[in-house]
Amino acid sequence: MLDKEGIAKRIAKEVKNNTYVNLGIGIPTLVANYLHEGINVCFQSENGLLGVGPFPKEYAVDPDTINAGKQTITALPGASSFDSAMSFGMIHSKKIDLTILGAMEVSENGDIANWKIPGKMVKGMGGAMDLVASAKHIIVAMQHVNKAGESKLLAKCDLPLTGKNCVKRIVTELAVIDIAPEGGFVLIERAPGVSIEQIKNATAGKLLINGDIPEMAL
Amino acid sequence: MIYKLVKDAAAAVADITDGSTLMLGGFGLCGIPENCIQAILEKGTTNLTCISNNAGVDDFGIGLLLQQKRVKKMISSYVGENEEFERQLLSGELEVELIPQGTLAFRCMAAGYGMPAIFTPAGVGTEVAVGKESRIFDGKEYLLETAFNADFAIVKAWKGDTDGNLIFKSTARNFNPLMAMAGKITIAEVEELVEPGILDPDQIHTPGIYVHRIFEGKNYEKRIEKRTTSK
Repeated sequence: MLDKEGIAKRIAKEVKNNTYVNLGIGIPTLVANYLHEGINVCFQSENGLLGVGPFPKEYAVDPDTINAGKQTITALPGASSFDSAMSFGMIHSKKIDLTILGAMEVSENGDIANWKIPGKMVKGMGGAMDLVASAKHIIVAMQHVNKAGESKLLAKCDLPLTGKNCVKRIVTELAVIDIAPEGGFVLIERAPGVSIEQIKNATAGKLLINGDIPEMAL
Repeated sequence: MIYKLVKDAAAAVADITDGSTLMLGGFGLCGIPENCIQAILEKGTTNLTCISNNAGVDDFGIGLLLQQKRVKKMISSYVGENEEFERQLLSGELEVELIPQGTLAFRCMAAGYGMPAIFTPAGVGTEVAVGKESRIFDGKEYLLETAFNADFAIVKAWKGDTDGNLIFKSTARNFNPLMAMAGKITIAEVEELVEPGILDPDQIHTPGIYVHRIFEGKNYEKRIEKRTTSK
């Protein structure tokens, strides 16, 4: 079973060379720490920066330079800043190659819910509805089950949707799973030490298992 | 040139009446018009509709107006990090319209460009789409979203001149230039105000025609929401 860092490490393998990538808040942010050598990536932050660098040293903290999670960051050489319309313009015109974000629920047809629990939690969608509506490739980073032990991979989302038919791949502490074009969760890889039985038990939606399922290499 | 200089924040917001619709620039606490928010707070203006990406934190930014129940309605994309906001929302005291961040930006942009509406795929198939007109282009569905209509746009810039030209810094730019273009009356507070001719015309982000009032702000706190550093 993977911890959060492990999920980020596995997703880092999905990031291709010479691509523009938008990272969501939480586990997705950690992906930047595990990029493989020689992988050249430019990170976009939807509050208006292309070329997001590492967190600053204490002496270099700039309150005017933050990421979409409101953390202080640095801008790399070659970075550019822009207004929010241009930022979402580059998202909707499909200039961003990969979006990695968290989720509360994903359904077997690729619907995602991650912005609201009616009556309990209302934080808002931020840029997530834009990102999932237009990203060329979407990977969800999340825990397989919620804090109550219930599966987050469902036949149909119970929570209000962020987007429909958009998720392509899910990486959890237990597995790598793809959304089949005709619907269903296709098991691609098992996390180290995790059995198919464990994954089956944690997946409420239709799990498709074709042949031998390899263990992840990290 | 057309006279735009006002003495301070109090003078800039003096004619904002109860029940006005305001656009407020900023992302989180980054690039927010601190001086004007404080002046509106001191002036006692209430029953406001605020269009702003976020709602500040409990004790800073728009959060200050929320605490004193001056806000009737918020139109935002993300309102986490503010307990008082969430309490007022869940108890029904505050009316809230949550919209996708890109939609927020494009609705400001549309107002600034004189376009009545835009089409966006954000929110298709979600509760955001309920009651909205949609249209298919090249096999993909888009929602019709209308331009905002705000009485005042209140923005914060890094540098400005007395003709109203503005330059923003780094990610403090965010919604500010879009909102500056979109207000019926636009108020700009700047960290550094200079005479015309000092700023390079090629570096101006917001041409002065969009700005009706400008002043140099004081005592910027620029509070950081999540100070994150590396060793």
